[in-house]
Amino acid sequence: MNRQIRIVALIALVLFGVAFVNLNWVQLVNAEHLANNPGNVRVILKEYAIARGPILSSDEKTVALSVKTPNEDLKYLRTYPDGATFAHVSGYYSSIYGRAQLESTYNKELTGQGGGLTMQKLSDQLFGGTTQGDTVVTTISEQLQKAAAAALGTHKGAIVALDPTTGAVLAMVSSPSYDPTTISSHDANADTKAWKALQADPGKPMLNRAASQTYPPGSTFKIITAAAALQNGLGVSTSYGPTGQFLPAQTTSPIKNFGNEVCGGDMAQALAQSCNVYFARLATQLPAGALAKTARDFGFGEAPPLDIPDVASRLPTDADLKSPAFTAQSAIGQYNVAGTPLQMALVAAGIANQGKIMTPRIVKEVRDPQSNVIQQSKPSVWKTAVPPDVAATLTTLMEGVVHAGTGTAAQIPGVKVAGKTGTAQTAAGQPPHAWFIAFAPADAPKIAVAVLVENGGNLGSEATGGKLSAPIAQQVMLADKQVRGW
Amino acid sequence: MIVPAVRRNTEASLLVLASVVAIGGYWLTSLSRSPGVPRHLALYGGVFVASYLVAHLAVRRFAPASDPLLLPIAALLNAIGLVLLARLDVAYRPHHHLAGAQLRWLVISVVAFVATLVVVRDVRALARYRYTWAVAGVAFILLPIVPGLGMTINGARLWVRLGPLNFQPGEFGKVCLVMFFAGYLSERRELLAVAIRRIGPIGIPEIRHFGPVLVAWAISVVVLVQEKELGASLLFFAIFVVMLWVATARPVYPLSGLVLFGGGAFVAYNLFGYVRSRFEVWLNPFGSPRGHGFQIVQSLFALATGGVFGTGLGLGKPELIPEVSTDFIFSAAGEELGLVGTTAILCAYAIFGARVFGLATRCRDDFSKLLVTGLGTVFCLQTLLIIGGVTRLIPLTGVTLPFMSYGGSSLLANFVIIALLLRVSDNLAVDNLVGGWTPGSSESLADLGPAGGGR
Repeated sequence: MNRQIRIVALIALVLFGVAFVNLNWVQLVNAEHLANNPGNVRVILKEYAIARGPILSSDEKTVALSVKTPNEDLKYLRTYPDGATFAHVSGYYSSIYGRAQLESTYNKELTGQGGGLTMQKLSDQLFGGTTQGDTVVTTISEQLQKAAAAALGTHKGAIVALDPTTGAVLAMVSSPSYDPTTISSHDANADTKAWKALQADPGKPMLNRAASQTYPPGSTFKIITAAAALQNGLGVSTSYGPTGQFLPAQTTSPIKNFGNEVCGGDMAQALAQSCNVYFARLATQLPAGALAKTARDFGFGEAPPLDIPDVASRLPTDADLKSPAFTAQSAIGQYNVAGTPLQMALVAAGIANQGKIMTPRIVKEVRDPQSNVIQQSKPSVWKTAVPPDVAATLTTLMEGVVHAGTGTAAQIPGVKVAGKTGTAQTAAGQPPHAWFIAFAPADAPKIAVAVLVENGGNLGSEATGGKLSAPIAQQVMLADKQVRGW
Repeated sequence: MIVPAVRRNTEASLLVLASVVAIGGYWLTSLSRSPGVPRHLALYGGVFVASYLVAHLAVRRFAPASDPLLLPIAALLNAIGLVLLARLDVAYRPHHHLAGAQLRWLVISVVAFVATLVVVRDVRALARYRYTWAVAGVAFILLPIVPGLGMTINGARLWVRLGPLNFQPGEFGKVCLVMFFAGYLSERRELLAVAIRRIGPIGIPEIRHFGPVLVAWAISVVVLVQEKELGASLLFFAIFVVMLWVATARPVYPLSGLVLFGGGAFVAYNLFGYVRSRFEVWLNPFGSPRGHGFQIVQSLFALATGGVFGTGLGLGKPELIPEVSTDFIFSAAGEELGLVGTTAILCAYAIFGARVFGLATRCRDDFSKLLVTGLGTVFCLQTLLIIGGVTRLIPLTGVTLPFMSYGGSSLLANFVIIALLLRVSDNLAVDNLVGGWTPGSSESLADLGPAGGGR
């Protein structure tokens, strides 16, 4: 019998060995993957045991903060004092739905896991003290953000305001908005209910229209067509006689002007009046690929490097530009061309900054709990869109738009404003999107701004960029002038 | 006798180490919450130390030449289990009192342990009552089916309610069955091993000898169907098949057993939702992480969170695992003690198993040999079933982890098992010293020959 007993013993030992190997798989090899599974409540409990760092505006107002709760399990509650105003920048921090926007990209810093290991952090880790997260300071100014949100009012749309010389995002508003506090509570049922309502809302309040949604840029794209022309031997003096329509080769559908007007003249007159037939014709005179190259130089086709999610704007495709008809439509910001409000603000900012587009920055700095700055974002050039002389010419052209063109509603007494309107056709039967991009002062730029109002706002089919969006842009620039005193 | 004294001193020093684990672990758990000496440390440590001191003194007195490792390993596992229970007690709101209850069971178990050592002076005497064990074993196992007596907990009908107490008679049933099988097989093994026919290399004994296999199978099927517990069913059946094979060396018995059990399991899979869901959850636990897969997924999370070194006692969240005090105590150890801790626990069980099987090979008589083999098989199989289950190596079954799981019946039965093992070990050492007692001693030589020799 001993032979059999030895075999039984051997089998048992082998099985213990298999159990040991399996334990190594679960607790060592696959451990990190398993432990970080979103279903593992421990991950959340651990995170909520941290005094998550606050998010501040550039003017030191609290955007998000964590408060200690009497609750045993989730020790800190995340609240957003002015939730809806900053929702698309701060994002949310929900025990059920995870994180978004800055709450997500700066999670490491906010939970105190980023940056250097300070003595305080080390002792917290060793002796189990409460970890205090770092503070994230955004470039967004609370005053300007509120002014922008007020200017946009109840319109569906977005506003992006940048400092053209530093790339700092001064305001980023998307409307309608939501209050992240409602999905960050510790009441799972309330969170779920609020989340479902937000998801079902046809206004898509959780969508960041400013950076995550593209729209046909309409006539604001004429700046890029003009920039392409200026760099390809077609100067401001390029003139076409006044006409009501332009029929590109190989097509039977002509390009018409807004309201079937008759227009023409040189580039300054054409841009001031936002003359479709002029820019359509101009584009067909450009070398193959020139329009796409200039659009790419301005950042189209690439998601701008921002610390919150954003999407790439769409270039005219090579195929589009082989067809005179599609080239003509692309030149006036229709057909396949699409831009985010952020991208269009960057276009204005690039021209304002002598042709150099600064990398957009939404986080100013990160501070440790003792208020030492441990991380600071520095201005850097993202794109060289046009040479300085072309930028200067475009500035002059855009000043004309505001001085005596379609954008007069953006005028600010005593300040030179450069701008461009856009009234982009959308689906048939839908009111147009109203755009305005601008920067001011034109001679020493402090702010570049893009305003988009979806589907005509409250003006419906009567809406134009000049009527609807230019006054909004003017209010934002005026507010910045008062806030920062330029 | 010098040897027994050395063995007992070894046992005593190892028991001191186990006590250090029990007291130190308890203290550490408390330190994770508040500084200072925990209020009940003296009582908790006192009961633990006193229990094992009594057990040790009883061994010194009644089985002085027995194996010095079995009791300390049991004490170590018991200590870890108690520390984890004490740790779980404070995690619950309101606090539970599992550790205290388990300590009471420890006291009762030690009484049973001492009683077994005192009453059973020669383990071979137990062979005489083999049919009594058979009846008792079957009765214990089937007791929960009796209406009005049996209780269903978590879908399995393994419990019996007696007044204020719930207990699992199956824990005693398996010990009785091992004693019966050992008695029955030691008497009949030669008869059962005679091959009357051959199919290829496999010798086939007379067909009527398969009767007992069928009876054991029938019992396991009843457990599977009526008590709805795959693990217990497998355990009862496997003990018999393994012991039968050890006794006869006829592979046809385990093979036919495997076929029978496989067939039964296949039918059960198709007939019973609980068997099917166990398998489905095993294959894809994350398919229903909040449904049937909840338990195993929580267990895996706990083990993975523990990682290599664990969170430290009192610093994890083992209370998130359902049934953590009983079936999933190993996962709690994995979370707070890490891979280092679970490996140590695994080693303790493996060493225990190796000692038991080693003892079996040295036994001089068939009954002791089979008894020890059977007890070793029960111990190892049960440990592997539950550890494999909670780590998703095999489908989850609801058997207890010896000496660690919360539960009086399990602890009590396991203490009786060590008492029997120590008794065999002591008998053997005494026999060796006096060179006496020879029936069946030709055994060891014959065993060196090839298998098909009718053994």
